[in-house]
Amino acid sequence: MPDATIIALIPLLPLAGFVLLGLFGRKYFKNSSGIIGTVLILISTILALYTAYTYFTTANVGFYPRLVPVNYTWLRFSENLSIDMGILQDSISMMMIVVVTFISLMVHIYSLGYMKGEERFSTFFSFLSLFTFSMLGLVISSNLFQIYIFWELVGVSSFLLIGYHYKKPSAVAACKKAFIVTRFADLGFLIGILILSFSSGTLDFNTLIATLTSPESGQLKTAAASTFLGASALTWGAALVFIGGAGKSAMFPLHIWLPDAMEGPTPVSALIHAATMVVAGVFLVARLFPVFSITTPGVLEIVGWVGAISAILAAIMACTQTDIKRVLAYSTMSQIGFMMFALGVSKYGGEGGLGYTASMFHLFTHAMFKALLFLAAGAVIHYVHSNEMKDMGGLRKYLPITHITFLIACLAIAGVPPFAGFFSKEEILLAASQNNTIIYWIALITSGLTAFYMFRLYFSIFWNKPAPSPLERAGSEVHHHEGGFAITLPLVLLGIGTAAAGFIPFGKFVSSDGRALESHLHLQFSIAPVALGLLGIFTAMWLYKKQNERPEKLAASLNGLYTSAYNKFYIDEIYLFIAKKIVFNLIGRPAAWFDKNIVDGLVNLTGNSTTAISEKIKKVQSGKVQQYAIYFLAGVIGLAILFIYIWK
Amino acid sequence: MQPGLYHILFISAALFFIGVYGFLTRRNLITMLMSIELILNSVNLNFIAFNKYLWPGKMDGLFFTVFIIAIAAAEAAVAIAIIINLYRSHNSIDVENAEELKY
Repeated sequence: MPDATIIALIPLLPLAGFVLLGLFGRKYFKNSSGIIGTVLILISTILALYTAYTYFTTANVGFYPRLVPVNYTWLRFSENLSIDMGILQDSISMMMIVVVTFISLMVHIYSLGYMKGEERFSTFFSFLSLFTFSMLGLVISSNLFQIYIFWELVGVSSFLLIGYHYKKPSAVAACKKAFIVTRFADLGFLIGILILSFSSGTLDFNTLIATLTSPESGQLKTAAASTFLGASALTWGAALVFIGGAGKSAMFPLHIWLPDAMEGPTPVSALIHAATMVVAGVFLVARLFPVFSITTPGVLEIVGWVGAISAILAAIMACTQTDIKRVLAYSTMSQIGFMMFALGVSKYGGEGGLGYTASMFHLFTHAMFKALLFLAAGAVIHYVHSNEMKDMGGLRKYLPITHITFLIACLAIAGVPPFAGFFSKEEILLAASQNNTIIYWIALITSGLTAFYMFRLYFSIFWNKPAPSPLERAGSEVHHHEGGFAITLPLVLLGIGTAAAGFIPFGKFVSSDGRALESHLHLQFSIAPVALGLLGIFTAMWLYKKQNERPEKLAASLNGLYTSAYNKFYIDEIYLFIAKKIVFNLIGRPAAWFDKNIVDGLVNLTGNSTTAISEKIKKVQSGKVQQYAIYFLAGVIGLAILFIYIWK
Repeated sequence: MQPGLYHILFISAALFFIGVYGFLTRRNLITMLMSIELILNSVNLNFIAFNKYLWPGKMDGLFFTVFIIAIAAAEAAVAIAIIINLYRSHNSIDVENAEELKY
């Protein structure tokens, strides 16, 4: 096993980068801050790869234990209650540190080119480092409270990065929206943490899982016996924790922040809103999977349904959006839905745990190809200076590397063999078909839709109408090329990753109970999804390869559905209605009235009456010594009479 | 007729109220100071009388009287210093001219 210091250094290096660049970046490292941040992440990546390699190779064959190499007592409240800072090593945390550091490294390199010349260049890199630190801390957390701390830290760094262009009102609105929606969900998470840790008597993951899953333990019986609104305390705890996860992972109905979060710079979208932070919810459910699966199977079923509904809703919405980053955002939401319902249909241990492995596998491959899609989209946006599909078309001639890598990523997400997405999606579908037929059909339709909207995007960007030649664009600020080495290198590396990641025998490393799981490829089973995927691709090709009238006609024939999907099924409007008409009028206004009139009124009454009385009695202090003497004498005589004659 | 305790207490009370009357009615600060001395001396008389008639074997009352005389002397010195300063700033030792210290 690698030294604990090495593991601790993985998150601490980006933290050092954040402190250094955040404090001194603008003054001393105006130009070199990008390089400093990138080098620190590079070291982290190497350390993470080394750690993961040693973990997966030195463990007993076929079994990966949960290890806690570092556990530092941070805040001790009493003998039994303390908040620790620790590192938990198991297969998913090792997998996640590799994903996070690698994607973060790619995004750092990409940002060197993409963000060049920005005024707050070093601030951007310090925020990126803060995010990387928090995300790494989140995945290696050894207890519930620590994960909550880092959970909020990723939330705040996401807020900072979405609002990076703080002079743009839409970006400011988007970052507030993202923060408030996820914060709202985190309230559920916090209550869930309190319930779970109260009923198990510990915050530590290992002890908590052990206590809450063994049927003999006394705590479990007590917790299962106490009920609220017909469900046991543990069910509530797990469900509330899932609400936190659903908020962070943009699951329906808490997904509304994710499309708006695309206001952030594109590298940020690639890192936070595609590959790492948004899968934190999936990671959280996976981390507590034994509790969900063994103790509260009802909640796990909710997880499955929420995932499936999010997947298909997002896929439908993605088909109608015209902003390419929004298409990718809905696609992310849809793919996270896949991961969620894969967990939802999974069982704990053995063959039944296929869904768990599949979910983690999809998380891994999705991080690769979705980061690639976003970075490639960033390159396109950099070239055309627009997010809108209608401003693009025929770009394959001018952006050859972007074109190829984007195509690879599209094929991967559409589930075309032999790219990464094929393998993980097949496993998910297989797990779904074994456990829940309805979810399986939803997933099958969604994967067809996925292929359609991704290739709609692809053909609209790179084919469709001919692109204006660079000469015609001479008026605008022209980029005749793809951007420098810094932009193309991550695209190529991620492209290779996307093409190759599927061949990793993932079940050997990651499974629900730590024992290796043999996964087989079922060729007959893959026919349906691949055929549907190809159908989606060809439909998209027929509609969008050449500029024609068909898309408009199709949209017109699907009028109601098209408009409502284009308007995101009016979910934002529903929330606004609930907030403005119901919450504000029925709760906010009366509360404000009470505060203004009763609470403030009492305070004002005290103040005003004191002033009035003192105005009246201030004449007593006249400055005449002899008057004072009379009062004094009268007082003494009064007291004398009182004590001698009345109060005997 | 030998004077008894009540005679002395009567004189002391009379002295006290003369002092109070003087303190309340006189406007001249020196006169007010003199009135205070009268009040103090009436207290001294009380101490002496009680000591002599009620606890003849003890000396406590006499000690107190000596203390009060000493303190009265110190107090008179301070008071006269204040009065001199007041005269310098107000050109008067009339208490009605020193009424600035009010609300």
